[in-house]
Amino acid sequence: MAIEILMPALSPTMEEGTLAKWMVKEGDKVASGDILAEIETDKATMEFEAVDEGIIGKILIEAGTEGVKVNTAIAVMVEEGEDVPDDSAQAEKSAEKEEKAESAPAKTPAAAKPAAPVADVTPDWADDVEVKATTVREALRDAMAEEMRRDDNVFLMGEEVAEYQGAYKISQGLLDEFGAKRVIDTPITEHGFAGIATGAAFGGLKPIVEFMTFNFAMQAIDHIINSAAKTLYMSGGQMGAPMVFRGPNGAAARVGAQHSQDYTAWYMQIPGLKVVAPYSAADAKGLLKTAIRDPNPVIFLENEIMYGKSFDVPVMDDFTIPFGKAKIEREGTDVTIVSFSIGMTYALKAAEILAEEGISAEVINLRSIRPMDTETILASVRKTNRCVTVEEGWPQGSVGGYISNVIMQQAFDYLDAPVINCTGKDVPMPYAANLEKHALLTADEVVEACKSVTYR
Amino acid sequence: MPPKKPAPKSNVSAEELLGHYREMLLIRRFEEKAGQLYGMGLIGGFCHLYIGQEAVVVGLEAAASEGDKRVTSYRDHGHMLACGMDPKGIMAELTGREGGFSKGKGGSMHMFSKEKHFYGGHGIVGAQVPLGAGLAFSDKYKGNDRVTFTYFGDGAANQGQVYETYNMAQLWDLPVIFVIENNGYAMGTSVVRSTKSPSLWERGAAYGIAGEEVDGMNVLAVKEAGERAVAHCRAGKGPYILEVKTYRYRGHSMSDPAKYRTRDEVQKMRDERDPIEQIRDMLLTGKHATDEDLKAIDKEIKAVVNEAAEFSKESPEPHLDELWTDIYATEIPQEA
Repeated sequence: MAIEILMPALSPTMEEGTLAKWMVKEGDKVASGDILAEIETDKATMEFEAVDEGIIGKILIEAGTEGVKVNTAIAVMVEEGEDVPDDSAQAEKSAEKEEKAESAPAKTPAAAKPAAPVADVTPDWADDVEVKATTVREALRDAMAEEMRRDDNVFLMGEEVAEYQGAYKISQGLLDEFGAKRVIDTPITEHGFAGIATGAAFGGLKPIVEFMTFNFAMQAIDHIINSAAKTLYMSGGQMGAPMVFRGPNGAAARVGAQHSQDYTAWYMQIPGLKVVAPYSAADAKGLLKTAIRDPNPVIFLENEIMYGKSFDVPVMDDFTIPFGKAKIEREGTDVTIVSFSIGMTYALKAAEILAEEGISAEVINLRSIRPMDTETILASVRKTNRCVTVEEGWPQGSVGGYISNVIMQQAFDYLDAPVINCTGKDVPMPYAANLEKHALLTADEVVEACKSVTYR
Repeated sequence: MPPKKPAPKSNVSAEELLGHYREMLLIRRFEEKAGQLYGMGLIGGFCHLYIGQEAVVVGLEAAASEGDKRVTSYRDHGHMLACGMDPKGIMAELTGREGGFSKGKGGSMHMFSKEKHFYGGHGIVGAQVPLGAGLAFSDKYKGNDRVTFTYFGDGAANQGQVYETYNMAQLWDLPVIFVIENNGYAMGTSVVRSTKSPSLWERGAAYGIAGEEVDGMNVLAVKEAGERAVAHCRAGKGPYILEVKTYRYRGHSMSDPAKYRTRDEVQKMRDERDPIEQIRDMLLTGKHATDEDLKAIDKEIKAVVNEAAEFSKESPEPHLDELWTDIYATEIPQEA
C-alpha cells in the first residue's frame, strides 16, 4: 500500500519549514532510519529519517521549497511493483489531515470551579470541655506523638529532630517513645531529604519533614512544588504525596536577612499544596493533626517567637481543626482585621487599643491559607464595611493583596473604604536592632490603618 | 569497556534470547512510531526517544522481580514498555488523550503506573534520584525485600542532589540501584566537556557505595550486572551503582538536530554495537531461530505498535472536567 510521507513537525512550535534538500530520488529503495531529506526549521537544519521501508514512488515537493506546512504530503512511498496513486487523491487527503490537526487544539477550558463553602462559625470545642494551658511547642509535639501512635506509617525526618530533641525542641521525647526508625536525624541536606521523603510518600508512607527553618526549604522547593504538589495531577490521580513539611517561618529576632522571611504567600500560590499557619497552641495542635492525616502535601508554617507562648488547649482524646475554617478571635462592628500566625498578636493588640478609643474591631484568625475561608472574611466585611489585613511578609504579591482582590470582586458594594494591607517593609531584614524594629510590623501601624479606613 | 560482541553464553536459552529480542524491538518500533506521530503533530511538546538504549531497561527488567519499583527521567517510554505497561496507554498519553496512563494530563515526560510500580516519568533533571531513594526507604521501613531501580543520565550525574542522595542511601542502607544511563551526551554536551572525572560510577566510592561499569549495548551483560546489584540490595547491603554505557541514536529530543556529533559516530555505533542486532546475530548463528521466525516476531511487534498508534488517535481528548480533577486527593491512594 502506498504511504504518504508528510512534512514533519521537528520542534514543539514548528508550523512550517523549508524542504532544503532531498537525500533520495524517485525509485530509490529506503529502509527505516535512512535519511530522506534535510529540513530547515526556524531554529536548525534537521535530518528527516524514514520510518517505514519501501520505494520512493514520487517526490511531491521540490527541494528548496520554502514555507511547507507541517503535514503536507512531500513524497509517496510505494512497495515493490506498486503504482503511485494519482496526485489529486493525495492532495485531497493531506488537506483533510491538515484541517484536522489545526482544529484539534483550539478548545478553550470551561471555568467550572466549585462554589466556595459557606462560612462555618461552630466553635473549635464545646464550652464544657476542660482546657489546659499549653505552649505552642508542646502542642506541636503532642500532635505528632498522637498521630504517630495512631498510624505506624507516620514518621518524622529532619535535622536534629532525634538525638538533639529538635533544634527548637519541638520533637522533645519523640525519639524515646518511637525509636530511631521513626524519628530520623538527617544530614544537612534539605534538597536531598525533601526528595527522599516525597519518594517515601509515593511509596505509601506519611512523612513529616521538619525544616530547621523555612528559609532552608528554599534548597528543597523543587521537590515541594514539582515533585510533591504536582504528582497527583500528573499521574491522573494514581499517586500523590501525603506528607507534611513543617518548621518555623518568618522573622525570628536579630538573625538578619537570610533567616528572616515569611514564605506564606509563596506557597499559597501552588495548586496541589495545602498551606496552614497556626497562631495559638490549640490551632497548632488541631491543625497539625489534620495535616498529618490529610492525603495531600501540607505546608505547615510555624513561628519561632510563638513557640514559647501559652494558650488554652482542650483536653480531648482526639482534637482536630478542619482546614479552610477561619476563627473569629474577637467580634466587632466597625472594621475587620484579617491576619494569621504571629500577625495575630499585632491584630489583637491593635483591637485592644482601638477599643479604648471607641472603635470596635472584628479580628479574624485565618489559620488555613489554602484553602482559605473567604466566606468568613466576606461575611465580616459585609457587616463592618472596612478591612485591614496584617502579615509579616512583603507587600508585593502578599496574602493581604489576594484577600483585597477577593473582597473587591465579591463585596465591592459593601466597602466604605479601600482595603489596607499592613505588611513587613519592602526590604531584606536588617540586623541592627533599631532597623529591624522598623522593618517589622507594629500594632501601632495596624491601629493607624484601622483609623484610616474608619476615617477617624 | 567489555568486548563488543561477547560469545553467546551456553546457559542462555533460546527462549530468553527471543524474549529480549522481542522486548527491545517493541521499544524501537514504538519509538519510531512516536517520532512519526510527533512529525504529524499528533504528539506535542518535548518527546525524548530511547532508540539505541533498549538493552538497558530490557536487561535490568530481566533482573527484577514482582514488586520491585522503578523511577526515571523524562526519557521514559522504554522503561514503561519494559516493565509491562500497555503500549496503547503510553501512546495515548503521548497524544494527550483520555486513554493515556495519566488521562492525558501528564504527557511524554510525566507518566506513572501504580499497578506496575512505575513511579514516573520526571521532568526535572536529577529530581528522580532522591525520589527513588525515598521509594526504597518506604520498602525498608515496611520491612520487605523490594528494590528500587532509579535511572538517571550522565547529565543528571552532575546534579548536587544525586550526591546528597548517595550519602543518605548509603548511611541508611537503602535498597536502591542507581542506574546511570551514560549515553555520552547531556543534551548537546558530551561527558568529557562536563567533567574531568568521567568515570561516573566511581564517584560512589566517596560515599562507600559499590558499583560497576556495564556494557549497555549488550542486554546479557546488563542483565548479569543487574542481578549482582539486586542481590546486593536484597541482602541488605545498601545501594549499588551501575554505570551503563549506552548510546542514543536520535537527538536529545525531537527538535535536536544533533550537530554536536558526527553522523559517522552514530552510524558506527548502529553498525557495530546495535543491541538488537547483537541478539539477532546470536539467535541466528546459534540456530535458535530462523529468519522466518524473526520476521514473524517483527510482524507481530509492528501490529502491536500500529494498534497502539490507532488507539492513541481514536481515544478522545480528555473531558474538560478533567482540568479540575486530581488536584487534591480526598483519600490516600493505596499501594497496589
